[in-house]
Formats: sequence, structure tokens, C-alpha cells
Amino acid sequence: MAQLTIAKALNEGLRAAMEQDDKVIVMGEDVGKLGGVFRVTDALQKDFGEARVMDTPLAESGIVGTAIGLAIRGYRPVCEIQFDGFVYPAYDQIVSQLAKYHARSKGSVKMPIVIRIPFGGGIGAVEHHSESPEAYFAHTAGLKVVACSNPTDAYFMIQQAIASNDPVIFFEPKRRYWEKAEVDTGATPDPLWQSRVVREGTDVTLLAYGPMVRTCLDAATAAAEEGRSLEVVDLRTLSPLDFATITASARRTKRVVVVHEAPSNVGIGAELAARLSEDLYYEMEAPVLRVTGYDTPYPPSRVEEDYLPDLDRVLHTVDRSLAY
Amino acid sequence: MPVAESDTPLVQLLTPEGERVHHPDYDVELTDDEYRAFYRDLVLVRRIDVEATALQRQGELGIWAALLGQEAAQVGSGRALRPQDFAFPTYREHGVAWCRDVDPLKLLGLFRGVSNGGWDPQEKRFNLYTIVIGSQTLHATGYAMGVAMDGAVGDPETGEAVIAYFGDAASSQGDVNEAFVWASVYNAPVVFFCQNNQWGISTPTDHQSRIPLYRRAEGFGFPGVRVDGNDVLASYAVTRAALDAARTGQGPTLVEAFTYRMGAHTTSDDPTRYRLSSELEAWKLKDPLERMRSFLFKQQLADADFIASVEADSDALAARVREGCLAMPDPDPSFLFENVYDEPTPLLLEQREAMETYLAGFAGRAH
Repeated sequence: MAQLTIAKALNEGLRAAMEQDDKVIVMGEDVGKLGGVFRVTDALQKDFGEARVMDTPLAESGIVGTAIGLAIRGYRPVCEIQFDGFVYPAYDQIVSQLAKYHARSKGSVKMPIVIRIPFGGGIGAVEHHSESPEAYFAHTAGLKVVACSNPTDAYFMIQQAIASNDPVIFFEPKRRYWEKAEVDTGATPDPLWQSRVVREGTDVTLLAYGPMVRTCLDAATAAAEEGRSLEVVDLRTLSPLDFATITASARRTKRVVVVHEAPSNVGIGAELAARLSEDLYYEMEAPVLRVTGYDTPYPPSRVEEDYLPDLDRVLHTVDRSLAY
Repeated sequence: MPVAESDTPLVQLLTPEGERVHHPDYDVELTDDEYRAFYRDLVLVRRIDVEATALQRQGELGIWAALLGQEAAQVGSGRALRPQDFAFPTYREHGVAWCRDVDPLKLLGLFRGVSNGGWDPQEKRFNLYTIVIGSQTLHATGYAMGVAMDGAVGDPETGEAVIAYFGDAASSQGDVNEAFVWASVYNAPVVFFCQNNQWGISTPTDHQSRIPLYRRAEGFGFPGVRVDGNDVLASYAVTRAALDAARTGQGPTLVEAFTYRMGAHTTSDDPTRYRLSSELEAWKLKDPLERMRSFLFKQQLADADFIASVEADSDALAARVREGCLAMPDPDPSFLFENVYDEPTPLLLEQREAMETYLAGFAGRAH
């Protein structure tokens, strides 16, 4: 077993997918010689050539639009969007073309395209480099949306996303890129469309994904010192949401706190709260509460710690939940 | 200063009066049957269009985007395609669809509202209609990049080429300009076929560009050429040359087919609000069908019997289109959920079941 960072695990996962299927190609800005600004595609161009690892012109709509054409031709493009805040020029191609093509062609053409997006804040970046745009995509029929939180998932989920015949928006927790863990590449992975209980507990369920999973695990450790047992669910899939796993956890603890960096308004947390209130109205002891970024533009980096959910805000909200 | 349109060279092989002229770079030698076939295509394509417009007026189609006036640009370019080539249309390429042997009823399904596309793009190598302006130029370019990656360019006979259709107003879209960049950088085997029909709904071309559109190509590093889009022979010759350049690995070409939208933008539009009828009258003198008919008569390639036989074919086609349209069933409600995904999600299956249960509650009752 190897110690891998999330970035390296993604790199290994991409490599495995490219070795397995020569229709898999990587395209994006600076993904070739540089290996991507986060080095996720490091050395892939050297090993697979410039045709399969393309340094594209700098235009995001062009990246996704040409990927759609390549998919019609039978390729399986993996597009890298360099930073979350740069995906919007490609938004039209993603929601109007990519998401709808399979249905419009009555299933005759598949769209096995993965769009990788490093997302979230906490790295002290200049504006447009720290956003969490996942709800825009989860709202769009025809897309699937996932987020990985650890090296093992990074390694397997990227391969599963590439193997999917549906378009997948693949969010990567950029501030966790360099966190290491042992990865057993020979293990049998969980299905891609399944959430996972990553820490069992009995008092409150924390629902999180991407970079906030680590925050919630830390909160659970801190809470345990005070005698509180928090369960942490890594959602992994944001569209579709895996309500089988989510609801089972909520049914056990009867209290749920959703944690995400994205703003609260009409976010993933809102959908989780609505659905849990529909399904577990008589069973819950407290309303679903949310710890999120505020409904403001992502702030300048010197105040981003005030914006981002952290261990204290999570525990504060756990207290509110338990007070019901 | 903007360049005056009158200073702009235009490839023409057939004058508006039906006189055959020659061009040093582009020419065609066709058999008598091929000349007649072009005329037949023009007539039948116009007939499909007229019938569809009538069906819209009678409430059978929600909307129709007429190609009236653009038949030569579409038939000429469409017939220049080889079987292995792939076309990416906008929503007005009914004439190209005809050349690709796509059943007109498939097109009508979109405008009737029984599908959002509905044909297999691979079957006739004719992509789905694309309504968002210019998006398909990137798809065409990506497809063409795939053609090159597959090693399917080079051979003048079997090499593959791709054609992307768009209009004058689309040339302002970012996606079209990005497609030009990509095609140029990757030397993609794609022909950008711009039908400059002079109007983007109510907006004239001089609001989109202060130079002739074909000259945009130079800045992107590939050739551009303007052809008389109301001349089916010139449209055919220029497109064929551009496709052959693409299929032999010489990269993209921008073809600007200078033509005119003789009808409204769609059946929902009213051109009397923004253009003079004198402009339409002037373009009627350049009508693509009339000049081909004049040519056939002048060259004694057609007689009254031939014209009558084309009219009979046209009547039969119109009847088939009409009957097929009227017989087109509405999809079942469950159609909503079909093919949203290749692998449907549990949440979607749940919604589908809920809808079906809800609708089943009305079974046997009027609602």
C-alpha cells in the first residue's frame, strides 16, 4: 500500500483509466508539460503523448464544447477546469449542451465526459479561486455531480466517473490536495453513487462533502472529548443524493447538521433539509440545521476564515441542534 | 472604415440570369443529370419549407424556421459532403438535412414539440439541430479533432471532413470564435459554413461586423472565401474544395455564403417592422431556384415534362410531409424521464413512479 496525497491519487487514477481505455483523453489549460497548476496531471503527457493529454487554448467554453464533439466521435474526455471560478464561461456548454445531449438524441449518443474542478477556499487565494459552484450543476438534469474528500476515494472515484456513460462534474477539495493517506489500489471500491458513514455516532449526524469532511471529522473528535457522539457522513455524490444512506443515519441520530462551504441559499443543504423533513417529519428531534458560507461573494483571503465553516461553527450548530 | 460590400469578391458560377460563368479557382463540370438533380433538390427543399410554414399557420407546428431563399447555399454545400463526412447544423438547415437523407418528418417533430431532437446523429452523420446560437461550431471542431486523432484525414477519397453551419449573427458569439481558434491550432478538418442571410432576426449584419465575415478567417490563420449563396453551383464548388482541403489534412476553411433570408426569422417574427420590402424585391431577382431553372432552359437541359415531373414529386412530398405531421403522436407522459441519463438515478425513478401513480388516479375519468 502506498501513501498518496489526494492530488497524487487523482493522478494515479487518471493514469489507470488511460491505461485501461485508449479513448480516455485529458484536456485543459496547462495540463500537459506543467502537469496542471496542482500537478494532478503530472507526467501524463510525457507518458501518453500530446494527442491524449492536450494543453488547450485558454477558453473554458472551448474546452467543454470540443469535448462534446470528441464524445460524439467516441472519445471519453476528462476536462480540467483550472479553478472553480473559471467554470462559468463553460456553463452554457455544460447545462445547455452536455447535460441534454443524451436525452435529445434519445440515448443514441452517450456523453462520457468528466469535468474536474478544484473547488473551495482556505488557500489564501485571490478572488475567483475559492468558490463552491456545485449547486449550479446539481440543479441541472442530465448531469451527475460528485466530490471526493480523501486519497482512496480520489483514486477510485475518478476512475468510476470516467467509466460512467453520463457526464460527471467532479469536484476536488483543493485545500486538501496535499493530505496523505494509505491507498490500497487493489481494494474493491464502493459504488460511485453512494454516500458513506465515515465516523459512527449516536447524537447528531453531520452531512458533508469535499473539504468539509475533514472539518467534520475534527469536530467529531473534539465533541467526543465532551462526551458527544457525532456521526459523520461523507456524501460523495451530490447529484443524485444518496438518501438511502443519509436517511438511515438521520433516523438513527434524529438530528442533522449539514456543512458546506457554498452559500446556504438554495444550496445542497437546502435540498437535504427539505427531503429529510418530507421523509422523517415525525421522527426528527430537531430541524435540519446548516453551517455554510454566507450569502455573500467569496471574501478577500484575509477574512476568508470568517466565511468558511470551521470546527467551532460546526460545534456551535451541533449545540443548537441538541438544544431542541 | 467599414469595407463596402460592393468591393468584396464573390465566387459565382451562375449569374442571377442563369448565365454560366467560370472562376479560375473554383469550377465544376457536372453531367446533365447532375444539373437537373440540383434543380430538383432546390424545388423539393423549398416545398418542404413552404409546407412546414403552412402547417405552422394551421396550428400543427409550434414554430417553424423557414429557409426560404437559402436553398442554394444548403443544397450546394450539402451535396458537396461525402457519405463519410459529418454535418453540424443550426436549426434552419432543412436543405442540408435533405441532402443527408434525414426524413423531413424528423425535423418537424422538433417544431411540433414531440421531441427535442429525436434522430440518431450517427445514422446519417447529421448532428441534432442546435438552437443556442453558435454552440455547435465547437462540437464540430471537437469532432473534427477526433477525426484527425483517428488518422482519418489524408486520403482524398476516404478522408473524413466535418462541416459546421452557422449564421452571420452567430459570428459574434464567443463559441464561434473559440471554435476558430481550436480548429486553427489543431488544424482540424472542419469547414465553417456561414450563411450570411443578412439578418439576425431584426439585426443587420453590419451590427455584427465591420468587415466582410469571410475575412475573419485571416486573423485566425486559415483561408476564408465568400461565395454567392444563391448560386447552387458555386456553393457546391467552393464547399467541395474546402471539404477536400480538410479531408487531406490542410485544415479549416471559412466559407461565407452570401445569401438572403427571404422570409421571417421564424413564423413568430414580423420582418415588416425592421426592413423595407424593396430589399426583399431586389433579392427576389437573385432567387436561387429561378436562376437554376433559367440555366436549365438556356442550356436546353430541361423541358416542360421535366419541370412537371419535379412538380409532381414535390406535390407527393408535400402530401407525405403533411400526412406524416398530422399523424405524429404526442409522446407518453413517461417520455419526460426517458434518456435523461444513461444510468437513471433512483431519485428520478422515484419521481417517475410518483407521476405515473398520480396520472393513474385519473384513469377512466376526464381530466
